[in-house]
Formats: sequence, C-alpha cells, structure tokens
Amino acid sequence: MEQFASLKRSKDGQPVRYLVVDDSVFARKNLARIVETFGGQVAGEAGDGMTAITEYDRTNPDIVLMDITMPQMEGIEAAEKIVAQHPEARIVMVSSVGYQENIVAALQRGARHFVQKPVKPEVLYEVIKYVLGEDGAVANAAGAGA
Amino acid sequence: MKMELIQPFINAADAVLAQGLQSPMSIGNLSMEQEAYRRKGVAALVAITGDIEGRIVFDLDPQTAVRVASHFAGGEVPESDDLVRETVCELANQVTGNAVTALNDQGFHFRVHPPVLHTSELGPTSSEDTEALVICCETDRGSVFMNIALRYSVELSGERAAAAGE
Repeated sequence: MEQFASLKRSKDGQPVRYLVVDDSVFARKNLARIVETFGGQVAGEAGDGMTAITEYDRTNPDIVLMDITMPQMEGIEAAEKIVAQHPEARIVMVSSVGYQENIVAALQRGARHFVQKPVKPEVLYEVIKYVLGEDGAVANAAGAGA
Repeated sequence: MKMELIQPFINAADAVLAQGLQSPMSIGNLSMEQEAYRRKGVAALVAITGDIEGRIVFDLDPQTAVRVASHFAGGEVPESDDLVRETVCELANQVTGNAVTALNDQGFHFRVHPPVLHTSELGPTSSEDTEALVICCETDRGSVFMNIALRYSVELSGERAAAAGE
C-alpha cells in the first residue's frame, strides 16, 4: 500500500488518533491500514453508533471515521449526538451511499466531511489534512514530530 | 426488470471490483432467473426499500471468496475465517451503495439496509415483478455473481402508470 507523508498533531507532534466506526470488520481493518499509512494511530473501533458514542468519550480521538448504514444507531445520528456533547469533534462520514441528501444530512448534523467507499487513500488523506486544518501538520514539511 | 435499474449495478461492480482487486473486470454471462435462488458459495444479501424495492445477492464460490479476501487482507486467509464472509458482505455493501447513489441521481429515493450473510441454500422464488437478473463479473480472482431482483414500489408504479396514461 502507498505510503504518505506522516500527518501529525501540530500541538505535540504525536500521531493523529482515529476512532474507526463501521459495522463491517473488513471495512474497519481496511480503514485502519489506510490511516496507518498516514502515520496515524487507531485509538478505538466501534461497530455501531451507540458504541461509537461511548468509544468517543473513552478515547477522545482527533478524527472519527464514521460509516452511515449500521445496526442499532446509524452513523448520522451518532455523529449528531457526539457533536452535541463535543462540538470540537471532527467526524468524517465514510459510506458507500454517497447521494446528496445523505451528505447534506450528515453535514447539517455535525460531520465535517464525506468520503465515498471504496475509499481511495489519496482522497482520504487530503480530506483528513483539510479537516485537521491548523491542528495537523505534514511531518516532513512542517517538521512536527519528525 | 428494467435495464435502467441494472446498469448502475454493473457500473458500480466494475468500479468497486476493479479498484479493490487492482485488475480489470469484465461482464460474462447475463441470465434471467425465475427459479428459487440457489447459493453458489459465500453470499451476502442487501435489501433495498423505497421508490425501488428488492434485494441484491452478491455470491462467490468458496475458493474465489478466499482469494478475494486474501487480496484485501494482504495475506492468506483460511476459508473458515470470518473475514472471508465479512469481505463479501462489505463488497456487496459498496457495490449496492454506489449503484444506489447513481440511481438517486436519477431521482429515485431509497433506504439501503446493512448486508446480511445469505446462508440458506435456496432463496425466495422470483415473482413476475421481481424476476432476478444474474450477472457474472469475471475478475482475475474468479467469478463474482450478482443476483439482482428489483421492482418499482407500488406507489411509484402507480405514478408511472398514471404518467403514461394507463
């Protein structure tokens, strides 16, 4: 798998910590492998929206990668509940269903961005950089954590 | 079943399988199936409700499923591993999601349900409205079968008939 220049947290140069939420173990493993090529670290995983909320509280991640179609509680509702409690939460929706009303609903309820499956690593990398903004730094370019 | 409903699934399978397996995909046999669906190997079913209703079964023979799962896992996965079934479910989810996205652009609205493993040997018999189209997608890891049975919802069928002056 392609390697990318490491994305680090600007404040301490540590790896960006991710919470990966998807009801598919396959999808979670795939996303974990991708974020590791960005120099990231998986802080937690969840298979449904309810668990995502408790895992967010437990792990306090820098980025949440959130599927939409999941049992018990869908991703958009979970994103809304997380953002209600943690307005600073950076949630990127990752779903195979990429039609506009889904995207708009996710953004209106607190998600920061949307990536359609199958995930192209280079697309996700740019989205993560964008969502992190000044709180993220490319290690080689900025020297943070290098 | 209308081809306008099928083409997005073919396009989506091409996009998902070709990108995921990093090799070209081609369409092999297409056939209509009115008998009860007979599972070929590891199969995942995704139900759709809304303007269009029905289900898609994504079916791989066991050896193909192992080869595909091993490719995605980056190493050999035994046939007994849950990851084999997980892989088939997620591929079904991605193909259906991408197809539904394209159909939504045409004005159809849906709800896609999470994929479930299809474990029974026989599925439901197709009705006149929901006869299934079986599409064989040839990949370099083996054949991937999509069994698609969709129909316009009752409400939408009525609207389309009224619009056509029937």
